[in-house]
Amino acid sequence: MAVAVVLVLVALGSVVFHMLSPWWWTPIASNWGFIDNTILITFWITGAVFVAVVLFTAYCIYTFRHREGLRADYEPENQKLETWLGLGTALGVAAMLTPGLVVWYQFVTVPEGAAEIEVVGQQWSWAYRFPGPDGKLGTTDVRYIGPDNPLGLNPSDPNGSDDVIVDGGDLHLPRGGPIKVLLRSTDVLHDFYVPEFRAKMDMIPGTVTYFWLTPTRDGTFDILCAEYCGVGHANMRGTVVVEDAAKQKAWLSQQKSFAELSARGRTAAR
Amino acid sequence: MVDVTARTIETAVPPAEVPDVELYHPKSWLTTWVFSQDAKIIAIQYSMTALTIGLVALVASWLIRLQLAFPNTFSFMDAATYYQAVTVHGMIMVIYLLTAVFLGGFGNYLIPLMIGARDMVFPYVNMLSYWIYLAAVLVLVASFFAPGGPTGAGWTLYPPQAILEGTPGYSAGIILMLASLILFIIGFTMGGLNYVVTVLQGRTRGMTLMRMPLTVWGIFTATVIALLAFPALFVGAVMMLLDRALGTSFFMPAIIQAGEHLKYNGGSPILFQHLFWFFGHPEVYIVALPAFGMVSDLISTHARKNIFGYRMMVWAIISIAVLSFVVWAHHMYVSGMYPAFGFFFATTTLIIAVPTALKVYNWVLTLWRGDIHLTVPMLFAIAFIVTFVNGGLTGLFLGNVVVDVPLSDTMFVVAHFHMVMGVAPILVVFGAIYHWYPKITGRMLNEVMGQVHFWITFLGAYAIFFPMHYLGLLGVPRRYFEIGQTSFVPPSAETLNIFITVVALVVGIAQLVFVFNLFWSLKKGRESGPNPWRATSLEWQTPETPPGHGNWGKELPVVYRWAYDYSVPGAEQDFIPQNEPPSALNGARAAGH
Amino acid sequence: MLAFLAVLATIAAWWLSQQGLAAKPWLEEGVPVGPRAPRRISTEPAKLGLGLFLAVAGALFVLLISGYFMRKGLPDWRPLPMPPLLFVTTGVLAASSLLLRLARRSAERGAREETQLALTAGAATAIVFVAGQMAAWRQMLEGGFGIAGNPSNTFFYLLTGVHALHVLGGLAALAWTFAKMRESDDLASTRSPIGLCALYWDFLLVVWLVLLAILTGFADGLGEICGRLLS
Ligand code: HEM
Ligand SMILES: [Cu+2]
Ligand SMILES: [Cu+2]
Repeated sequence: MAVAVVLVLVALGSVVFHMLSPWWWTPIASNWGFIDNTILITFWITGAVFVAVVLFTAYCIYTFRHREGLRADYEPENQKLETWLGLGTALGVAAMLTPGLVVWYQFVTVPEGAAEIEVVGQQWSWAYRFPGPDGKLGTTDVRYIGPDNPLGLNPSDPNGSDDVIVDGGDLHLPRGGPIKVLLRSTDVLHDFYVPEFRAKMDMIPGTVTYFWLTPTRDGTFDILCAEYCGVGHANMRGTVVVEDAAKQKAWLSQQKSFAELSARGRTAAR
Repeated sequence: MVDVTARTIETAVPPAEVPDVELYHPKSWLTTWVFSQDAKIIAIQYSMTALTIGLVALVASWLIRLQLAFPNTFSFMDAATYYQAVTVHGMIMVIYLLTAVFLGGFGNYLIPLMIGARDMVFPYVNMLSYWIYLAAVLVLVASFFAPGGPTGAGWTLYPPQAILEGTPGYSAGIILMLASLILFIIGFTMGGLNYVVTVLQGRTRGMTLMRMPLTVWGIFTATVIALLAFPALFVGAVMMLLDRALGTSFFMPAIIQAGEHLKYNGGSPILFQHLFWFFGHPEVYIVALPAFGMVSDLISTHARKNIFGYRMMVWAIISIAVLSFVVWAHHMYVSGMYPAFGFFFATTTLIIAVPTALKVYNWVLTLWRGDIHLTVPMLFAIAFIVTFVNGGLTGLFLGNVVVDVPLSDTMFVVAHFHMVMGVAPILVVFGAIYHWYPKITGRMLNEVMGQVHFWITFLGAYAIFFPMHYLGLLGVPRRYFEIGQTSFVPPSAETLNIFITVVALVVGIAQLVFVFNLFWSLKKGRESGPNPWRATSLEWQTPETPPGHGNWGKELPVVYRWAYDYSVPGAEQDFIPQNEPPSALNGARAAGH
Repeated sequence: MLAFLAVLATIAAWWLSQQGLAAKPWLEEGVPVGPRAPRRISTEPAKLGLGLFLAVAGALFVLLISGYFMRKGLPDWRPLPMPPLLFVTTGVLAASSLLLRLARRSAERGAREETQLALTAGAATAIVFVAGQMAAWRQMLEGGFGIAGNPSNTFFYLLTGVHALHVLGGLAALAWTFAKMRESDDLASTRSPIGLCALYWDFLLVVWLVLLAILTGFADGLGEICGRLLS
């Protein structure tokens, strides 16, 4: 008896909690609103199923609770019912999967002409690299990493010398244009995660991974690491600033290029 | 649905196809109770060991929760300790508790009894299996005291981090952890071969596959997947051990750490992830399928009604088992693997939802028009349905590749897998213990304590993990020692964290009631008689309770019907045991239904 | 791996299809007999157990081999010259396997002396095989191919090592069988363990041949095809 009441309360309570919850996703700052919509569809479908199943269970428990003289039905199966339920479920699943796959297709297809930037993770900090005026990022290898080459750029690659390197500062991104974020790690797995962007991807030492997004809202957001990377994992924070393209350009022009950095390194050594 | 293809009703008993198992007869106290080859004793040894080490995992969860609710409060807690607690907690719960208790514990106890065998077919190997498991547990415990403490690599043990400085316990802890896993797998393989062969060969006369209780189906299928999945973890563990101990580069690319170039070169961290999850996803079903099976039997018995759609239940178990091998990469959507894989794995993952959902429907439809006795095991079974449905549905979020992108590695994932493979199976373990305890000891567990235990555990667990999803939606990552200052986590989240922690502590304490009950009822519990729940399956029909050595006295039972003849129309009682010969009346039912 | 599983799944499916999975158990009472009753596997439990174990061990080797090909695809792989000694040991293992088959045949005929002789010779050749593998390791080490040198070296040691461990496990079982045979006068009681050992030795030989084909690069083409299918 009490169970039936409690089950009803659990079902309704969960719904009420969902609606009143002050904990909800952060206001989005990228083009991945599609992802939010897919989550909403999923919430509706799964929520309905959850409430229906739990309420039905509660109803059964109440109606068919044991009383003197009650005897259960004998019903081994009902293939028709099972088939219908199976088909209904398949339909519901398809209703979630289809938008999911469509949006995934967008997610893995980087638009032509997306600006490339690179984020490098290491225990436990972030560094960023922008292509210089030539618009190309130079090649890299862990082998080249040294005191004045923290990101391991290939010193003999001409594309690399004008690359802008931001080691230790904030990341600034221009609003409005698609950006392909290349991800690299020099030691262990990390994951570049900005809750407001929705997108995230692991960084794997030895390979380059990527995702793409279009920042759509100005603001200053936290960068977190979302793949466990050792004791400092929770302290691996950064800040990303989304601003309009002109401002971002101005910021970029004040950063040091690889050539400048290594020249300075050489003078310091002398 | 009237299908009168019933086979001839044959009362003459055909000869057994397989000779009665040769029993090993213990000669001394030591061989009866310690180095026992009796599956029932081994089952108890397995369960007690698993529950004991499980308490360590429970305590670890308190430490984790205390830190999350009250950061900067406890001097004994630093980041390293936190990650060690998380790793030890996760690893023990999944492998050393749940896998061991379902297969080594319930598998050993129930398989021979339910299929009408005297024992497992290889009792000696069975005994070895337990002792190797115990050794694995001891090696794990040893790692707590090793210099540098146990590993803090997370239960997924992802390289390169797992074996590098920067992760707690990288010097000795990780080596012991891997060694312990290797031992566990060897021990499990020995036990697993036993369970499978016993189900295949040891069934008594008349016990066709389609007459087996779903518990046996669940444990059997889970064992088969475990046998095929564990080698992947084994290979991963061996390779990682070589990387750590001999400096090879299976999983280790060129790495620079603290300005120093390490000796590794060219390895692939993703290779480990594939191996790990090729084991790791089936592992979820290794835990879930026995729970599915047992909960089916609990529901059917206590609702006095046959399980609805028995055939569908069996088919669903089999298809889930098969599908579970082609979904592993859904744990790697954001791992940087080849993006097109996402389409394939999302589709297979969501397809698995269909047989799983059918099982849920059938449990609920078994309640429909039943005669529901709200005993403690039944309460746990109902709570299982609620939590499993909840956790299964959030699985549809995470399986649907693009939805997983914002949610992966957040507290949403933690909430999801706790609901579906933590809370739900544990509730079944509890329900099953309340259900079978009378057979094991001859006494009932105390009902009042059982009720208290049930309500606190069910509502508490739900209150812990349901709100936790919303922290994940907010964007709080998992495996965070502290979230600290951020621009997106509101102060109210702190209140929620405190609430969750308080409830977790209360739920933890409530488990002590259960442990107390286990011991108290051993002496003081009400005598149960052989079949207190008036159940049909064979284990309740043993000549002695608790069943003696060899289970069945002189004659093996003969099975005449399936395991679900509850409330058969026209029958005198509301259950007909599986070994009751057909009467004229029952025969009429079978032919004329 | 998936292919291996598919094979196992087919076997399982075939067997399950014999078991009347579509039966409606609630319609049937009594003990099923006659031609329509589900057939049991008629082998003895130990043989079935061994068969299952071979499936598990097979899975282990298949996974190792998958790992081999995946790792081989990465750029730092340098092929390894195989010591010719391996071909000698291959012959020895084949002889060992043959001798065990011989032992099985003799045991079936009830020829006790012959059985003992064949078993001893089989065990001896197996020991020679393991020793030969060790010698090959030494040659490799002396040739400067340390275990951590290149992944191809590592895999060489890993694959041969795991295989040798399986041989040693087989030897332990063989020793046990031998002791049991010594103990009892009745040859019949050990017939089945000898048969199992012979089966296991066949497995060891097949696995070794596959490993050899892979290590010598003979199976590269195949690996490439599989690799392409996967990525
Ligand atoms: C009272 C019960 C439990 C509580 C309060 C609890 C709480 C937690 C918390 C807070 C975390 C870590 C969150 C983080 O920082 O990432 C965690 C991790 C985990 N828990 Fe539990 N848990 C409980 C029971 C269980 C059970 C029954 C299982 C069995 C499946 C389980 C399996 C895991 C696993 C696999 C992890 C992940 C470890 C990792 O990240 O490496 N837990 N648990
Ligand atoms: Cu991290
Ligand atoms: Cu999974």
